[in-house]
Amino acid sequence: MSLKARVHVTLKNGVLDPQGEAIRQSLGALGFDGVEKVRQGKVIELLLDDGDPAAAKAKVEAMCEKLLANTVIENYAVEIG
Amino acid sequence: MKTAILVFPGSNCDRDLAVAFERATGERPMMIWHKETELPAGIDVLGVPGGFSFGDYLRCGAIAARSPIMGAVRDFAGRGGHVLGICNGFQVLIEAGLLPGALMRNQGLDYICRDVLLKVETTACPFTHGYQLEEVLRIPIAHHDGNYFADEAVLDQLEGEGRVAFRYTDAQGASVASANPNGSARNIAGILSENRRVLGMMPHPERLCDAAQGGIDGARMFSGMLAQIAA
Repeated sequence: MSLKARVHVTLKNGVLDPQGEAIRQSLGALGFDGVEKVRQGKVIELLLDDGDPAAAKAKVEAMCEKLLANTVIENYAVEIG
Repeated sequence: MKTAILVFPGSNCDRDLAVAFERATGERPMMIWHKETELPAGIDVLGVPGGFSFGDYLRCGAIAARSPIMGAVRDFAGRGGHVLGICNGFQVLIEAGLLPGALMRNQGLDYICRDVLLKVETTACPFTHGYQLEEVLRIPIAHHDGNYFADEAVLDQLEGEGRVAFRYTDAQGASVASANPNGSARNIAGILSENRRVLGMMPHPERLCDAAQGGIDGARMFSGMLAQIAA
């Protein structure tokens, strides 16, 4: 049985996000008022050959620590299933 | 003096760096493919070149920093080996944990390719030994992700230990916001490791080593390195 994992990688609070700010300004130019802040991140989906959700989550968290996220500037959250 | 240069898929400044190394040392550097797991014995300086290793996928330098050769690079640096990372090479060294902080998307979001002015902040390092302290150099940059970030404690530590090698400044050497091309914290353009033998920098000294390139401000990085390391 395989499991799907979804990793959300987002910039930590306090880290400037120039891309998010550019998106916010562009939204304003399109007439979408009231957007106070935009933070951009990424989503990484993995299909795992693993039947145990807890073990899969631990494995994906290890992947985040070693490669998928740069923990100097990024937070990550792992969803299984 | 023996030098070597790492080559990743997407490296594109490896040959320029090889020319700069050879011009200074008289010996052609060894080019090391990223799939190797050992560095040749007897190397004095290892160059990590600019380019777009692995297409900048995931994060700039992230994939290269986990490639097979990097274990040997870490050992080499740990034994006190000299490592020079330029542009993507700086990104690789940061992702590999050999230098602190992170290099983020340029604040203005643009890819920037032009000359900038840099102030030499320390000459207590083989790579900056050939310059005068506080000398202002003209060196090109060419990057999209050179916005140096570290938390305040790390920045204070780098400053306190004299590990900021270069700062973006105006012609008078003032690190004003208008001289900062990419939003880097405290105008930082290059930093040193704790033992001062690993230098990472965004600007490209190897691109300004010959009068035919429009300037020679980069050349003394390599001649100074030779003078100090071979001595």
